[in-house]
Amino acid sequence: MAATHTLKAKHRRSALRTLAFLSPWLIGFAVFFAYPMISTVYFSFMHYDGFRPPTWSGTKNWTYVFEHYPFFWPALRNTLWLVVIMVTLRVLFGLGIGMLITKIKTGTGVFRTLFYLPYLAPPVAATMAFAFLLNPGTGPVNSILEKAGIPAPGWFNDPDWSKPALTLMFLWGVGDLMVIFMAALLDVPKEQYEAAELDGASAWQRFRFVTLPTISPIIMFAVVTGVIAAMQCYTQPLVAGKVASGVIQGAGTMFEPGYPEHSTLTLPQLVYNLGFQRFDYGSACVVALVLFALSMAFTALLMRRRGGLIQAGD
Amino acid sequence: MTQVLERPAELARESSPAARTARRKALLEWIAVHSLGVAAALFFTLPFVFVLLTSLMSDSQALSRDLVPHTWEWANYRKVFDTPGFLTWWRNTLIYAGLGTVLTVVSSVPVAYALAKFRFRGRNLALMLVISMMMLPPQVVVIPMYLFWAKQLDLSGTLWPMIVPLAFGDAFSIFLLRQFLVTIPNEYLDAAKVDGCGDLRTLLRVVLPMARPGIAAVALFQFFAAWNDYFGPQIYASENPDAWTLSYALESFKGAHHTDWNLTMAATVLVMAPVILVFFFAQKAFVEGVTLTGVKG
Repeated sequence: MAATHTLKAKHRRSALRTLAFLSPWLIGFAVFFAYPMISTVYFSFMHYDGFRPPTWSGTKNWTYVFEHYPFFWPALRNTLWLVVIMVTLRVLFGLGIGMLITKIKTGTGVFRTLFYLPYLAPPVAATMAFAFLLNPGTGPVNSILEKAGIPAPGWFNDPDWSKPALTLMFLWGVGDLMVIFMAALLDVPKEQYEAAELDGASAWQRFRFVTLPTISPIIMFAVVTGVIAAMQCYTQPLVAGKVASGVIQGAGTMFEPGYPEHSTLTLPQLVYNLGFQRFDYGSACVVALVLFALSMAFTALLMRRRGGLIQAGD
Repeated sequence: MTQVLERPAELARESSPAARTARRKALLEWIAVHSLGVAAALFFTLPFVFVLLTSLMSDSQALSRDLVPHTWEWANYRKVFDTPGFLTWWRNTLIYAGLGTVLTVVSSVPVAYALAKFRFRGRNLALMLVISMMMLPPQVVVIPMYLFWAKQLDLSGTLWPMIVPLAFGDAFSIFLLRQFLVTIPNEYLDAAKVDGCGDLRTLLRVVLPMARPGIAAVALFQFFAAWNDYFGPQIYASENPDAWTLSYALESFKGAHHTDWNLTMAATVLVMAPVILVFFFAQKAFVEGVTLTGVKG
């Protein structure tokens, strides 16, 4: 009897201890995640401009966003473009650079540092730099291309080239993937390569049948986290559009997002446009929920019970 | 590196035709790999070089197509510092990044420790929720959060809406630290318990000293997240230039100096430089942080 009593007390103590250690996050979860998520759903059915009290509007915000708001479908298309094309190129390029760095035998440290540095460049600074490098008039890239006799594109000023320009900038910052792939490639057992070589496997066959199966979880990880990052892409297209259009006059300027011709518009930008430029908080919440649904779908892929890439258990 | 130098010598000693072909093949591969390496290095470094060169050009030359400055205008950097507000933006950035980093580490370490080492019901669920929060775009919850800070607490135009949430654990930091703490063997914790340490003492005396590299990685990532943040200042501080941070102000700097690419690039260099300087002092922590979140599930 006494034994069960102490056991119960012990249980209670360990539960309290767990709660105490988790408390910062429990509060943070409630205040900065649960409460705003519920409010976002609530506001998506309300008409609210921030001045007059919110009024019930049923599904009006939803039909407005999907049927009448001119930016929603272009933004969704652009986001999907980035998700498919930019992520594919980034993973392939990151893997290529990762393989290259494992083959480099002289000055490895220097090369690795140089390849990694762009990843650290602050997004706004990197975008300012690329807006300058790729500006069609006096930018160094087009100067060099023209000297070489190659027709120079309009980059951030041409709707057909603005997304490739963004992609080029994201390829430049591929250092994080390089590090992840490098670690994975160095983990492939050497004996397997030697065995494959003895069996007469060509370089391609060694890659296809030894390297690829071993690193495929890391490739999947890079794809899924890349997709989530592409969905969140906000600062770079916004700043690139502003700088290229030349309408930045500081804060509070009404800027039609997505210059040129909606080509750099992404879903997160719509939340800002609807909420903080048009003061239509209800419709902004609709877009926020679309964004939420999409990113949670990809996160679920990352954490599937089996074949998931982040395991919760140990 | 020694391996590479030794192997051809060894092969040369046997100078059979087969060995010679193998040696030539190795040499050709070395040349191919390193030429590719140099080409890649140019792709990654030339943008920095062009930005630096332009930041040192005169006003008129920055509008031309020249790649190298005729006269080196170091005064451009002084002009940037003389821009009204520039020093305030530095101060704000350091407050946001510095205070935010301290709060993040202090609030995230106990949570990560509990998720890594305590056994309790709902632990996996808690970890899944942390990961979900980490993947959540900030735009999803920004409308209610803005209304909360601006309309209810009247704190828009200050840094507080960006700093205060960091006192309640940051999802990415919790996840990264948890990944690190899982690798600490339980034997150390058991030994501390046998010696009569309570949970808090074990955390402070045993776990923290061993977790120093993980904490360094979290601190660096958090510092740069604040340094790089554009969306937070845009939402909460845009109306008040005295509360801008460097990353946010950089774009309006271009607005104020409409055609002056040289000054804009000098300002860009000044925003990039601290990040790169810190990297050279803390390279290991960075790389470890990236691999921890990426490779070890």
